[in-house]
Amino acid sequence: MGLYEELGGAPALNAAVDIFYRKVLKDERINKFFSGVDMAKQAAKQKAFLTMAFGGPSNYTGLDMRKGHARLVQQGLNDTHFDAVVENLAATLRELKVSDNLISQVAAIAETTRKDVLGR
Amino acid sequence: MARLRFRDQEYETAGRSVLDCLGENGHDIPHSCRSGVCHGCLMRAVRGAVPTRAQDGLRDTLVAQGFFLACQCHPEQALEAALEGAGAQQFAARVLARRLLGPGIMCLEISRPANYEYRAGQYLRLFRDASAWRNYSLASVPGLDDSLHLHVRLVPGGAVSGWVHERLVAGQEITISGAQGECFHFPGAPDKDLLLVGTGTGAAPLWAIARDALHSGHRGRVHLYHGSREEAGQYLRKDLAALQARWPNFHYHPSVAPGGGHADVAQIALREIGDLAHWRVYLCGSPRMVDSARLECFLAGAASAEIFADAFLPYNAAGADPGLPVPVAPAIAGACDGHAE
Repeated sequence: MGLYEELGGAPALNAAVDIFYRKVLKDERINKFFSGVDMAKQAAKQKAFLTMAFGGPSNYTGLDMRKGHARLVQQGLNDTHFDAVVENLAATLRELKVSDNLISQVAAIAETTRKDVLGR
Repeated sequence: MARLRFRDQEYETAGRSVLDCLGENGHDIPHSCRSGVCHGCLMRAVRGAVPTRAQDGLRDTLVAQGFFLACQCHPEQALEAALEGAGAQQFAARVLARRLLGPGIMCLEISRPANYEYRAGQYLRLFRDASAWRNYSLASVPGLDDSLHLHVRLVPGGAVSGWVHERLVAGQEITISGAQGECFHFPGAPDKDLLLVGTGTGAAPLWAIARDALHSGHRGRVHLYHGSREEAGQYLRKDLAALQARWPNFHYHPSVAPGGGHADVAQIALREIGDLAHWRVYLCGSPRMVDSARLECFLAGAASAEIFADAFLPYNAAGADPGLPVPVAPAIAGACDGHAE
């Protein structure tokens, strides 16, 4: 069984998206990067990101990640912000009673996007 | 084995998904993940039923309109599918009456064409002619009103609103589109609390949603907040007060604030209600109100799948009326559909 199935598949993903996105929008360290964005579109992007981090079916590519965050990097997006997002992701999964083992697997997948997100 | 009909042609699915079957027959159906996650291959069942699995994870309003995911759909019975929402169709209708509801706000009553399906809170496109049209929300309720009602605000220089206010006469034949949009009331959660927030003629769809819910036995609380710049803008005050007198679970909150302050009506609602964790939220009116309220309601605990919104785009510059083809707001693209005037 893959990570995505172990986490509970689509229902688990759907449960996580709102909790995660709400945490991110409330996080004073990073929410300035979301001001003025179209929330409906952004929610779809958050879902695509979580799908990838969950090891689910995903078409998220490194190039998308680079393009999508280039403007934010110019605005000062850096490692501390990336860490904050991963922290919110882990907190979301803890809230959903996901085991530490699975949480670290998700965090490891998220980690693989760091270079692309930060445009390195 | 099931017959699949698409664009006037029929195919045998032979166990394949709708996406694969149409793709192999030369139709370019937009898609991406093929796994039911991205929702890129959203289609609509025109006739026939789809397996429930093909609607997993879709918003309730999409399910109610027969939308499904082509990549997850292995039909078990005959199915006719379409890529477009029902709003692409056009109907001939007749003007029945015009009533002034308040300063500059006209209720246009038109005949409901045969086979015209809609849900309380949806909108339609009203055509003046081939070059000018606007979207207006329906203020009527399918099961309660025989005709279709639109609340049309007169916009200075407005190509369509001026025509409605000054030219249209009873008996005249006009063209309308099928009903579209995802901001509508649907049954199945009679105990859910409903928060309805609108500015200006955003009250029209909310008036329909509230009546539809209450008359179909809604037991949860229904709070309607209406923001306007001046007292006269509370053009449904009498109707809403009567609704409140009749239904103890309905509450009308008029909010009059000059300048642009009426757009902060959602903040008032949030202060009074607090936690929205178990609420369903409808937001209709100015983009400024809708955009900020969508975020604030989400942060206040409303699930993203329980927030339905319609932003009314302003076309207010005299003489600068576009009259140009506005992209058809795809009724399937998200929670927000554009309106005019």
